[in-house]
Amino acid sequence: MADEANRQFAGLSDVSISEDIPVEGDISRGEEDEFSTLDEPVKETILRDLRAVGSKFIHVLYPKRSSVLLRDWDLWGPLLLCVTLALLLQGGAADSEDQGGPQFAEVFVIVWFGSIIITLNSKLLGGTISFFQSLCVLGYCIMPLTAAMAVCRIVLVGGSGTVSFIVRLVVVTASFGWSTFASTAFLADNQPPGRKSLVVYPVFLFYFVIGWMVLTFSPSQ
Amino acid sequence: MLRLLLIVFVKHKLADKFLLDAPRHGQGIQFEEAGNLLEANRDATTISIEDDDMPERQRNAAGFTPDVDEEDPHASDDKTELLSGQKKNAPFWTFEYYQRFFDIETHHVKERIIGSMLPWPGKNFIHVHLRRNPDLYGPFWICTTLVFALAISGNFSNFLLNLGKPDHKYSPQFGKVTIAATAIFSYAWFVPLALWGCLLWRNNKIMNLVSYSFMEIVCVYGYSLAIYIPAVVLWIIPFEWLRWCSIVVALCLSGSVLVMTFWPAVREDHPKVIAAIMSAIVLLNVLLAVGCKVLLLPY
Repeated sequence: MADEANRQFAGLSDVSISEDIPVEGDISRGEEDEFSTLDEPVKETILRDLRAVGSKFIHVLYPKRSSVLLRDWDLWGPLLLCVTLALLLQGGAADSEDQGGPQFAEVFVIVWFGSIIITLNSKLLGGTISFFQSLCVLGYCIMPLTAAMAVCRIVLVGGSGTVSFIVRLVVVTASFGWSTFASTAFLADNQPPGRKSLVVYPVFLFYFVIGWMVLTFSPSQ
Repeated sequence: MLRLLLIVFVKHKLADKFLLDAPRHGQGIQFEEAGNLLEANRDATTISIEDDDMPERQRNAAGFTPDVDEEDPHASDDKTELLSGQKKNAPFWTFEYYQRFFDIETHHVKERIIGSMLPWPGKNFIHVHLRRNPDLYGPFWICTTLVFALAISGNFSNFLLNLGKPDHKYSPQFGKVTIAATAIFSYAWFVPLALWGCLLWRNNKIMNLVSYSFMEIVCVYGYSLAIYIPAVVLWIIPFEWLRWCSIVVALCLSGSVLVMTFWPAVREDHPKVIAAIMSAIVLLNVLLAVGCKVLLLPY
């Protein structure tokens, strides 16, 4: 490249080249500086991610057909929810040696492995959603069930009789319905028609199993 | 619309490929007559290019394909692929290979499930419902649902049993769930494998009119497990006689569907072999049902 430049400017060797002419391979390309986030304070970076996660939570709370969850997918939210759910499912009869409840790893495996299988299923059926987008949607829609788990733990503090069971049943059923409805609002649109129920059913099963784990959690006496 | 264009494009591509390959196969025939030659010379690896307005399913209904594909499960799979021109011969490690086993609609799945629950003496599940389009969606999700249904109803009946006892600590038994899952999935995969191998071996000795591919057998077995799901859900009701009743009814229905499906495949064989194969099918079914019952509801 240097030789070519020399040949091109051969006749101009006695002309001084001004410093304003940009050299090839210049790093400081002016118009791209605004996208570089390397210089901002760490707090701002974290807050921006947290705001993105928070806005997706709100989209799950009020599910309407929007593409925010799909367009800017991230897996922080699902990870946070999964860890919270697994922690809340601890401290039950799980601490004893006899398997009283799902272990931390079991919850993780069920949530992530289940999401992966559902995603593969919807892709095999001809869906146009991408792998990580689907994981993102399924993970975020666990939020109602995590909230139900928190409510159940609070209710169980008051006692574990029939009344508390009925209250928990109602809460878990409502949140399971909400989760399924929210995730199908995002996922069902990307499927060819005539196969929508085939895609929705595994999602229903997935949240049903998680709801069952939430409902049958019993604290250690 | 796009799919139709894609299909036409693929068929033309395949046509070009096989026109070039024809001299190597030593056939040198015109492809319009390939169909006729196929009847005459069954061992020839030839294809015919179908018309655009007669898709593969209509040709099945007209009775064309089943005669051709009867010889041998391997060749029948290849011939079906080549004849239809719609299914590309993707290698088994690619995603596209598995995508063609999910080429079904909701109403197909519903029909197949209902067909597996109601055995009809004249109707063979594979010929009536599968029609050369076995799917993996049904078997996989029916098995998964059955595993979870077993786990939940076993846990629930356990829970109800111990409701009155204050000192019993309720524990969802995940160990049993794992064992049940292993049993069901291995039944749904290894028994079809063994049966397919057995039928293949018998086919080499005795010329059978009907033979099934591996995927079709897996499909039948998967759908035949569908009747167990309501039976298992009925286990929640804490009457022992009702539980055994539901299992026996499910067993009979599922076993009869399987027997009726495999009857045409073994009917020309030696009577002892027929009896052995049929009783093996029924026995394994019984073993699975009773085993699950005893494992999850031991009282």
